[in-house]
Amino acid sequence: MHIAEGILPVQWALLWAALSIPFLAWGLRNLRIRSEQEPQFKALVGLVGAAVFVISCMPIPVPTAGTCSHPCGTGMAAIFIGPTLGTVVASVALVLQALFLAHGGLTTLGANVFAMGVVGSFAGYGAFRLAQLLGAPWIVAAFLAGLLGDWATYTATSFTLATALHGDASMWTMFVTILIAFVPTQAPLGILEGFICAGAYSFVKSRRPEFLGVPAKGGAL
Amino acid sequence: MKRIVLVALTAIVVTLVAFAGQMEVYADWPGVDEAVVKKFAEQAGRPPRDPYINTAQGDLLLFCFLCAGTVGGFIAGYYFRALFPPKTKGENRAVASPV
Repeated sequence: MHIAEGILPVQWALLWAALSIPFLAWGLRNLRIRSEQEPQFKALVGLVGAAVFVISCMPIPVPTAGTCSHPCGTGMAAIFIGPTLGTVVASVALVLQALFLAHGGLTTLGANVFAMGVVGSFAGYGAFRLAQLLGAPWIVAAFLAGLLGDWATYTATSFTLATALHGDASMWTMFVTILIAFVPTQAPLGILEGFICAGAYSFVKSRRPEFLGVPAKGGAL
Repeated sequence: MKRIVLVALTAIVVTLVAFAGQMEVYADWPGVDEAVVKKFAEQAGRPPRDPYINTAQGDLLLFCFLCAGTVGGFIAGYYFRALFPPKTKGENRAVASPV
């Protein structure tokens, strides 16, 4: 979902950056508050951040499509550290990838942060909480967080591209066309990400269940 | 945990077998950023330009990815060990070490 340097016109790049900044500020504020409350919270953020960085720059071949793509990891991050901090760790990962790995661009950073950080994290977290409210088993809720966090990220990327690049054509037609182009690669990868998320949740639940209540503490996201 | 890994691996194998006939045997495995994002951007007349720090030259990108994996893996491992210390003999769950 990395939108490369120069693809988005300046006004769109600025708009997505402006939309992402409040979430980043919110996340940094939550990091400060929760670090004071929980001595181990920064270590958890460090672990999740490193995992998101590695996961989101790991191209995985999809044999059914003949292409490669990467999971996002933000759905998983959101259920462990909350969606606003999911946005922060995604931003750090995307900055490093744009600077050193030729993945994404600095001018398109705002759009990429919005798609992967904001939309991916909040969609994953929302899916997890909704599934729990509906009485789904925790393993299903975690699976849905990974799955929908991934799919929502690519839906947001399709929307970002369509709004900026549709020209005289219909924006919605272009949005659906781009979204459909992502499906053969991202449908199986989303399912894989769901399993990764469920596996990680299962591991933490069995070893350190006290970490699983972290995002809800103090009512902060 | 083992059951989940087993289910995940089974699901992957079943998916691969089910779609074996449709596999792109001769695919050149482009990244989705290239196959989808770049394609639509070029069609719209806004092709991507080189990054400001262009590491996509020769084996330089390979080196950068290797460094990224090593550093990312080290940081993840460091915090993982701090947060999930190994179980000791005769202990059901290890006591967390302060970080």
